[in-house]
Amino acid sequence: MNMPEKNPQGNIENFDLYAPKLVDKEEYFSYGHRACQGCGEALAVRLMCKALGKDTVIASATGCMEVVSSLYPTTAWKLPWIHVAFPNSAAVGSGVEAGLKVLRRKGKIADRPVKAVAMGGDGGTLDIGFQALSGAMERGHDLLYVCFDNEGYMNTGIQRSSATPFGASTTTAPAGKASIGNKTWKKNAPEIMVAHNVPYVATACHSYPLDFMNKVKKAKKMKGPAYIQCLSVCPTGWRINSEASIKMGRLAVETGIFPLYEVENGKYRMTMELPEKLRPVEDYMKLQGRFRHLRPDQIKLIQDRVNLEFRLLMNKVEHSLSWLDKDWEISRGQTSSIG
Amino acid sequence: MAKRIGMEVAMAVAEAVALCRLDMAAVYPITPNTHVAEHLSDIVAEGRIDAEFLTVESEHSAMSAVMGASATGARTFTATSSQGLMYMAEVLPIASAMRLPIVMSVANRAISGPLNIWNDHSDIMYQRDAGWISIFGENGQEMIDLAIQAFKIAEHKDVLLPVNFNMDGFQLTHMVEPFEMPEQSEVDKFLPEYVPYATLHPDRPVTMGALGMPEIFNEAMQGKDAAMVNSKKVILEVWKEWERMFGRKYEPVASYRTEDAEVLLLTMGSMGETAEVAVDELRKKGKAVGLLKLKLWRPFPFEELKQAVKGAKVLAVLDRAVSFGGPGGPVGSEVRSALYGEADRPAVLDYLIGLGGRDMSVEDFIAIAEKASLADKKKTKELYEFYGVRGK
Repeated sequence: MNMPEKNPQGNIENFDLYAPKLVDKEEYFSYGHRACQGCGEALAVRLMCKALGKDTVIASATGCMEVVSSLYPTTAWKLPWIHVAFPNSAAVGSGVEAGLKVLRRKGKIADRPVKAVAMGGDGGTLDIGFQALSGAMERGHDLLYVCFDNEGYMNTGIQRSSATPFGASTTTAPAGKASIGNKTWKKNAPEIMVAHNVPYVATACHSYPLDFMNKVKKAKKMKGPAYIQCLSVCPTGWRINSEASIKMGRLAVETGIFPLYEVENGKYRMTMELPEKLRPVEDYMKLQGRFRHLRPDQIKLIQDRVNLEFRLLMNKVEHSLSWLDKDWEISRGQTSSIG
Repeated sequence: MAKRIGMEVAMAVAEAVALCRLDMAAVYPITPNTHVAEHLSDIVAEGRIDAEFLTVESEHSAMSAVMGASATGARTFTATSSQGLMYMAEVLPIASAMRLPIVMSVANRAISGPLNIWNDHSDIMYQRDAGWISIFGENGQEMIDLAIQAFKIAEHKDVLLPVNFNMDGFQLTHMVEPFEMPEQSEVDKFLPEYVPYATLHPDRPVTMGALGMPEIFNEAMQGKDAAMVNSKKVILEVWKEWERMFGRKYEPVASYRTEDAEVLLLTMGSMGETAEVAVDELRKKGKAVGLLKLKLWRPFPFEELKQAVKGAKVLAVLDRAVSFGGPGGPVGSEVRSALYGEADRPAVLDYLIGLGGRDMSVEDFIAIAEKASLADKKKTKELYEFYGVRGK
């Protein structure tokens, strides 16, 4: 997909011819919402909705996407949408799934599949909503959960969460003479979701729209719980120019800081080809105000960690390649056939 | 005709809920409510009803999940107690604001600490202002009846509010009592199918749970209050219909031997029956003592209470929760406030009794009635009294 390069004018020729085959032209998350300029999360939500299509019900956690989209009496949502509170979108989504299932079975609603989808930011997903998420994934609902990970509590003013990267300066983990900023490494939530034995887990980023949408489509088809963590660049919280959102997402992937992969029935697979040698993390970090205070030795520490985590991930990908599908299906089949 | 059977009350409540052709329940275990959930899961497991039964990882998620299902148009139920109700607290007022007709049984239990699993009313009092219709039952028969009535009240198009019905933990939940269980055909006749106002479905997309700015918040709160106040009319209608169909009468404030009574006791929940025996004993001795049993806690029955206390000199409220450093118990302060504008009102005494499962015998009620009868309207200074505190 290098169309802009082939067409230096910046216009994509025959866009209307090709785009509908790739992307639903219908807008389910409409314009007019109140997200910041350059908000990566709003773009990601829009793409997710296009991939999901009409037959979807969304349960949203409190957070940026909820406050910018549902200011009464307006709404940006053309899909059925419910918001209850901060920590419980996975639980509300579980209930939506159960409700749709039983009403369809009893013939009280139309007899066609409608996908239940829950969403939240990284705070609402990985911190306060983690228990509800774990429960929803463990119970085996036919539910897709999408975490829009902008690496902090951006709605309340850029506080640290367990998804905030090491060394980032936030309003509750500020950099100072005695502090590097956030002192913890980003929680590896996709890995914890893999440990729930759900059929599908993936990472994604709005800067790779087709990759993200393909993952959403795949997750939608899964009969059972699925989890996608979508890195969503926040120009306000990351202290970058608003036009740099897409670029920043690409750099997060190209440096190996946020690799794009999927885990289907336990099998790891990279979904984006990466260059032989990853770009240095500095390329990504030097452009962001939240990392501005870091010294070269501190960046080196982060580089080492990224190298290590990337290698661990690649080990899993390579290990998955060595499995025989037959053995894998037999072992999965044993548990799924009970009851 | 309904059969007369004997069963543990908590299990009977599950049977009653099943008769309501439930679509979905989400539960989390907590003593002393657990038997409701266990028995309901049995009913579903045996295929006696077709319902989704979610065993969630917390009460917060139990309430959240029934909200999600209710928003799709399903008839939903959950049950909890004490700390579980506290854990739900965040979402309870949202359920009522979203006008989701969820039904919940609360097996009333003291809230910690110290940790205590036995009965009082401190759990539901903590949720007094969550915007839920709140009804108390006195015995097993009432709990069964209330469970079925609750769905009809909650789902009525002029109400659309969640309902909790309260049964005293252990003292009611774990008792094996005889009662009449309505037939399925009778319940089907009484309780129509739920017709939701709006649902989460792509055929007619709606946004539920929008953000409310200050410009509309007063109006939203006033609307919720009006819904609550107006629900009383429907509750009374439902109770009339129930009486016609099943012959059992329900009133917001039930009276027992109140004719010419100078002293009135006022109870909520299962202690009413013990207090009745005390009133009988006192009447035998020629004492003009009667009993009021408050069934409808929210919406509060102001008019009915005013009528019920007419002519009495003393009203002794028996409260089973404490407002620390406040006016005593929540029922006592509510009753005082309700009667404040009345020219000829009784002296209201507030006794804090039966906390955390402390037993109350017939003798205790007699002692309280006799003590209360000595109270002088003008000289009563104490707002409240802890009854039966040892070493005092």
